Amino acid sequence: MTLKTTLLATTTLSLGLATAAAAQDVPAAAEDDVLKIGLIYTLSGPAAALGEQARNGFMLAAERMGEIGGMETEIVVIDDEQRPDKAADDARELVQREEVDFVVGPIFSNILVAIHQPVTETGTILISTNAGTSNFAGPDCHPNFFVTSYQNDQNHEVMGAYAEQEGYQNVFLMAPNYQAGKDSLAGFKHSYTGGVAGEVFTELGQLDFSSELAQIAAFQPDALFTFMPGGMGVNLVKQYDQAGLSSIPFLSAFTVDETTLPATQEAALGLLGGANWAPDLDNEANAEFVSAYIEEYDAVPGTYAMQAYDAAQLINSAVSKVGGDLTDRDALRAALKEADFDSPRGDFSFGVNNYPVQDFYLVEAVEREDGFFATSAQEKIFDDYVDTYADQCEMPSP
Amino acid sequence: MTNLFVLQLLNGVQLGVLLFLIAAGLTLVFGIMDVVNLAHGVLYMVGAYFVATFAALTGSFWWGLLLMLPAAVAVGLILEVVVIRRLYARSHLDQVLATFGLVMIANETVKIVWGVSPLSVPMPEILSGSVPLMGPLQYPVYRIAIIVAGLAVAGGLYLVINHTRIGMLLRAGATNRAMVSALGIDIGKLFAIVFTLGAVLACLAGALVAPILSVDTGMGESVLILTFVVVVIGGIGSIKGAFLGALLVAIVDTLGGVFGPILLREVLDPSAAGQAGRMLAPMLVYILMAAILCVKPAGLFGGRG
Repeated sequence: MTLKTTLLATTTLSLGLATAAAAQDVPAAAEDDVLKIGLIYTLSGPAAALGEQARNGFMLAAERMGEIGGMETEIVVIDDEQRPDKAADDARELVQREEVDFVVGPIFSNILVAIHQPVTETGTILISTNAGTSNFAGPDCHPNFFVTSYQNDQNHEVMGAYAEQEGYQNVFLMAPNYQAGKDSLAGFKHSYTGGVAGEVFTELGQLDFSSELAQIAAFQPDALFTFMPGGMGVNLVKQYDQAGLSSIPFLSAFTVDETTLPATQEAALGLLGGANWAPDLDNEANAEFVSAYIEEYDAVPGTYAMQAYDAAQLINSAVSKVGGDLTDRDALRAALKEADFDSPRGDFSFGVNNYPVQDFYLVEAVEREDGFFATSAQEKIFDDYVDTYADQCEMPSP
Repeated sequence: MTNLFVLQLLNGVQLGVLLFLIAAGLTLVFGIMDVVNLAHGVLYMVGAYFVATFAALTGSFWWGLLLMLPAAVAVGLILEVVVIRRLYARSHLDQVLATFGLVMIANETVKIVWGVSPLSVPMPEILSGSVPLMGPLQYPVYRIAIIVAGLAVAGGLYLVINHTRIGMLLRAGATNRAMVSALGIDIGKLFAIVFTLGAVLACLAGALVAPILSVDTGMGESVLILTFVVVVIGGIGSIKGAFLGALLVAIVDTLGGVFGPILLREVLDPSAAGQAGRMLAPMLVYILMAAILCVKPAGLFGGRG
């Protein structure tokens, strides 16, 4: 087993190559006998915890498989520092100098938009393990682009559908004032038809939510729906608990998960979220994945880790199917599209736009028997759910 | 609506006492020493990091708070001796440059020592949870504790400033510095005491707020701008002005943010009201400052014009 990990801490811009990238269907990388995979994740700054989970998930799968797809495997890990300009340069470098066969990543949607073209136009396969923007799901879908996570709106739609199902008439909506925050509330309203008690956009990076919590306390809505990723979510959850608002149902997306629960702990117990998976989903592949992850990293994996784990499984299944011959690109793409592997989330297949068709769950924060705090699947909200942009995708021929 | 008003008023007072703790030091340093100290927000941040570290080491928030105090005194003295002391005779521009440099050095140092991830401080068990206020309303015990602690410190400062010898010197220094030194007072020692006192108060504010916010490198700058507004409104060098100014700014800020959009909704359609309200609310504090300066150019209790 020759699994070599190179961590490129800094990257220099390959100036000449940046403009010389011409469209080509069979990348030079496909010719050699080594399977080379580039990971681009955010591994520094406030959101580093998300990228670390994803990298750990992928590396866990790679280590367990040894040789991915039966080929000698080399993995290059790059930190995009959450900067789209740097990520675009990194992507070009991976494709042109490192000659990788697959690029896997990133966490953030703006990074995905930056690296999509540099990777896919060279014929290299890009697998996003978290970001799933609407444009690449709809009109801009691409045969070299696969997603193992979700379309961005879907987790919010899950919570909207849950609020609808519970018969809430009066939901308070709160999100940070930037694009993803607005998309989040739009996604929620996509599947929720009841009334809105209040709609508040907070400053991005806001840490004290006392004003907003005062409004929630005064309005006494049927439920709160919020999208507060990262540190904002940690603070909101702690303050929600301190303000004695726990009797009002807390519906959320990307706010209560395995990246924030270690910080919020008991304060988050009973809070609800929407997700495509939870660590306690009852199937064999999941039990194996979660226990291996806990053993290796002493933490419960979140969706970031699971989706990256599946990206490695996806590559493994496709490369095995084509017998290690990466030069027949149509066969490789067809093999990827089959998604012939056991995902920890259970049902998994690709739709027409190469985005997943999968189930979505209501999840709740719980304390596990081993003392870790994690999410737990409570009920299935959507079965084999196709994203709402898929019908706008007319997949171009490569 | 009354419920919301009461809650927001409490939130405003809580933010007000925090702003006061920071502004008290800033106004003294500015008023007595004539030093523009942009690095004052750094002390607020350092206080929060100290309490996070000491609380983690000892396992108790109270020990963390207690150990933070001598550490804050040390940081204040070191800063005064190493940097601030050299700036007394320099122009305001030099002071701004030097203390702005301090901000950047401090932020990077904190990143190197404590890492980039925000820290969190566990809330003391006895102060966690909330108390019923009226009807279904609850208010967090810890925020009430902040209000009480802040008011106690304000009361203590009032006694020190109005009824002790050092307080008399401080008042005299803020009014006429040259006369104080002409009377044979060791002005260097007085300045060191003033700066250290300000540093400890700012660190205390950071330490108090640590359990409800996450402890982060940028936290000092976000609060510094409001603090300068407080100092200008209250009048430079006046503790009493800082206290009233802090409460005024905080209450306008918290009430305006919520009631601005609600009032606008009476005259505009909801989405436009929401949009305009979000833009208007942060401006209210500066409109207040401009209005007060129109009537009283030296601030509410400004000794010098």
